[in-house]
Amino acid sequence: MIPEIGHFALILALLVALIQGSFPIIGAARGNAVWMGLARPTARAQFLLIAVAFFCLAYAFATMDYSVTYVASNSNSKLPLQYRIAAVWGGHEGSLLLWAMILSIWTVAVSFFSKHLPDAMRARIIGVMGLISIGFLLFMLTVSNPFERLIPAAMDGRDLNPLLQDPGMVFHPPMLYMGYVGFSVAFAFAIAALLGGELDAAWARWSRPWTTMAWVFLTTGIMAGSNWAYYELGWGGWWFWDAVENASFMPWLVGTALIHSLAVTEKRGSFKAWTVLLAICAFSLSLLGTFLVRSGVLTSVHAFATDPRRGLFILAFLVVVIGGSLVLFAWRAPAIGRGGKFDVVSRESFLLANNVLLAVAAISVLFGTLYPLFLDALGLGKISVGPPYFDTVFAPLMAPALFLMGVGPIARWKQAALPELAKRLRWAFGVSVATAIILPLLLGHWTPMIGLGIFLAFWIFGTSANLVYQRLRGSELPLMTRIMSPSRSWWGMVIAHLGIAVFTLGVTVVKGFESEIAVRMQTGDVAHLAGFDFTFEGVQEIEGPNYSSSRGQIRITKNGVERTVLMPEKRVYTVQNMPMTEAGISPSLIHDLYASLGEPLDGGAWSVRIYHKPMVEWIWVGCLMMAFGGLLALSDRRYRMKNRIKATGSENVAEVSV
Amino acid sequence: MKRFLLPLVIFLTVVGFLAVGLNLDPREVPSPLVGKPAPMFNLPRLDNPEKTISPKDLLGQVWLFNVWASWCGACREEHPILVALSKSGTVPLYGMDYKDTRQDAQQWLEQGGNPYIASAMDTDGRVGIDYGVYGVPETYVIDKAGVIAYKQIGPVTEEVLRDKILPLVKRLQTQ
Repeated sequence: MIPEIGHFALILALLVALIQGSFPIIGAARGNAVWMGLARPTARAQFLLIAVAFFCLAYAFATMDYSVTYVASNSNSKLPLQYRIAAVWGGHEGSLLLWAMILSIWTVAVSFFSKHLPDAMRARIIGVMGLISIGFLLFMLTVSNPFERLIPAAMDGRDLNPLLQDPGMVFHPPMLYMGYVGFSVAFAFAIAALLGGELDAAWARWSRPWTTMAWVFLTTGIMAGSNWAYYELGWGGWWFWDAVENASFMPWLVGTALIHSLAVTEKRGSFKAWTVLLAICAFSLSLLGTFLVRSGVLTSVHAFATDPRRGLFILAFLVVVIGGSLVLFAWRAPAIGRGGKFDVVSRESFLLANNVLLAVAAISVLFGTLYPLFLDALGLGKISVGPPYFDTVFAPLMAPALFLMGVGPIARWKQAALPELAKRLRWAFGVSVATAIILPLLLGHWTPMIGLGIFLAFWIFGTSANLVYQRLRGSELPLMTRIMSPSRSWWGMVIAHLGIAVFTLGVTVVKGFESEIAVRMQTGDVAHLAGFDFTFEGVQEIEGPNYSSSRGQIRITKNGVERTVLMPEKRVYTVQNMPMTEAGISPSLIHDLYASLGEPLDGGAWSVRIYHKPMVEWIWVGCLMMAFGGLLALSDRRYRMKNRIKATGSENVAEVSV
Repeated sequence: MKRFLLPLVIFLTVVGFLAVGLNLDPREVPSPLVGKPAPMFNLPRLDNPEKTISPKDLLGQVWLFNVWASWCGACREEHPILVALSKSGTVPLYGMDYKDTRQDAQQWLEQGGNPYIASAMDTDGRVGIDYGVYGVPETYVIDKAGVIAYKQIGPVTEEVLRDKILPLVKRLQTQ
C-alpha cells in the first residue's frame, strides 16, 4: 500500500509540474497576474508530493518490503539501517527520485527567497524549473519507476552494492546532486532573463548567491567522492579521471567560471552574453553527466545497470532542454549590449582569460570523456583515454589559470597599470620562485613539474598575502576592526583562492614524493618505507553484519618508537560474494600512512601494499577551504539585507569585490 | 547572430555521436591477439596437478578456452550455458582457473557442474597476462592451427553463443 501511495504522489507531482511549467511562463508573457501567481503554490505542492514519494520509498527500505523490485535489488535484511536508508539513492531509480527531490527543494527555496524579484521574473524562473521537473518525473514514471512491484515478492534482497556501503557514500551523492541540480537555478535565471529580454546586470546579481550555493555543494560533493575513492578502492589514488568523476568535474569547472563571470556582469556589466551561455552550459553539463552515468554509453568503474530505452529518453530530454535553451540563446543573445569597455590590462581581462581557460579545460575534459565514444561511433575502433591524456592536457591549461588567479584580485577594474602590478607583485614572485627551487630539494628531489606546482601554490599564497596586507595596512584602527572592514565576500574569495593553493601544494607534493611498496608479509615480518617500520602482526577473521572480513594488523614504528596501528581489511560481502578492500590509513597533515591487504598467499602470508603519501590530506583541506570561502561569501551582508533593499537593477553595492 | 548559433551547432554534433553511441556496446573490445597464435603455456591441471595442459596438445582441433575463477560473480552467469554447451558435445571446452585456489575451484565445480574437459591452474596469473585477460570471465575460440579466432570479454550469453561463437566454430571445423 505504501509504495502505491508513493507512486500516486509521483503522478500527482507530474500533474502539478505540468501546471508549474506552463501557466506561470505564459502568464508572464501575457501579463496575467493570476497565472503568474500559480508559480509559488505549485512549486510548494510539488515539493510536498515528491517528499511524500521519497519517504514512501525510504519506508519501503526501512521495513524491508521486498515486494518492491527496487528495494529487492538494492537492499538486504542483513544490511544495517543507515545503509538501507542510503540505499534509497543506491541505484538508478532511486537516484532519479533523489534528483527530482533535490530539484524540488531548490525550487521551493527559490519560491521562498525571491520576494525581491519582479513577479514576471519569478514566475519564469519557477516555470522553467517546473519544465525540468516534468522531464525527470516522466522519466521515472515511464522507464524507471522506483515503486514497481515484484510479484511474487523476493524472500530477501540482493543487497546494496558493497562499494556503496560506506559512510562516505551516505553523504556523497546527495551533496553532489545538490550541486548538480543547484545549477538548475542559475540556468532558470538565465532562461528567464532570455525569455523576458531583460539581460541587464540584475539577473546576474540575483542568481549569484544561488550559483555560489550550488558551487559550494558541488565542491564538497566532489571532495567527498574523491576521499571515498581514496580509502575505499584501496589503490591509494584520489582521482581517476573516470567518466563518472569527469561528469561531476565538468560542471564544476564551468560553474567556477560562471561564478567569476557573474561577478563581472554584476559589477561592470560586461560579459553578459558569455555569462548567460556559461549558466546554460553549467546545467547542460550536469544533465549530460546524468546521461553519461545513467545511459551506459561509457564503461566506468561506477557502471550501473543500464537499459537502452532510458538512454534514449535522456538523450531526447537533453535535446529538448539544452537544444531549446541554445536556440533561445541564439535568438535573444544578439540583442544583448556589449557592456562596459575595458583595457587589455585590467581585472576584466584577467577574469576573461581565466574564464576562457576554465571553459577550455571543461571542453578538454568533455572531449577526453567522449573521445572513446566518438571513435567507436565512427567505427575507428575502441580505445580508452586515461590519466595520461588528462594529465597532459590539464596541467598546461591550469598553470596559467592559477598564475592569473594571483594577479586578478590585485588588478584594477577597467584599466590597470602593468608596471604598478609588477611592482606590487615582485615580492610574491621572488618568494614563490625561491620556494619552488629550494623546497623540492629539501624534500628530496627537483623536477620541473614539482617546481611548477610549488611555484604556483606559493604564488597564490604570496599574492593573497600581499592583497590582504595592502587592504589592512595604513590605518590607525584596531586590527579587529580592520579585519572586519572588507566584506565577507571579499574574505570568501581570499580563502577560496588560498584553498586552491593548498590543494595545488597537496597534489604536487603527493605526486612528486609519494612512495609505495608491495610486499609479501607473514606474521612478524617487517617492511620499511619512508623511514617507518611496518610490522605485520597477522590477520584476524571478523564477522560483520553482512560480510566476513580478514582484518590485518600492522604496527608502525619509527626508530623503535611506536606511532600507530593500521587495520586494513579485506571484506567479502556475502550476498553478492564481492570482495572489497578497506584500507587502513593513519592520516595527518604531514603525511598519510596507508596500507591495504591484497590476496592471501601460501603459508598464511598476505600480499600487502603500503603507501607513504606526504600531504595528501591537503587536497581535501583545500577543497574544504574553497567551500568555506563560498559559504563566507554567501553570508555577506548584502544577501542578509536583501529583503530590505528592493532590487531595482541600478542599486550600487559599496563593496567592490569578486 | 551566427556566432551565437555556434554553441547549438556544437551541441547537436555531440548529440549525434551520443545517439550512435547508445547503440554500441562499450564492452565489445577487440583483442590484438585475434588472428595470432594462442600463447603457449604448460600448466598443471586442476584435477590432477601431476599432469599438465598445453595448447600444443590440442592442435588439429577447434576448441574453446574459457578463463574462469571461483571468486568471479559473472562466471556464475555464464556457467549454466557452458555446462549445456559441454553436454551438447559440439566443441571441446577447456578452462583456465585464474588466480584461484585449488580447493575453492574444485568446490565450485562440484557445486555448479564441470563443463570442462580439463582446466589449467594459472595461480599467479602469469599466463593470463600473455592472453591479455582484461577481467574474468573471458572466452577464446582457437582454431585447428592454434590461432585465436575470437575473444569474448565478459560472460558468454545465449545470444553470443548462438550468433557468434557456434557459427564460427562450425566454419572453422569444416576448414
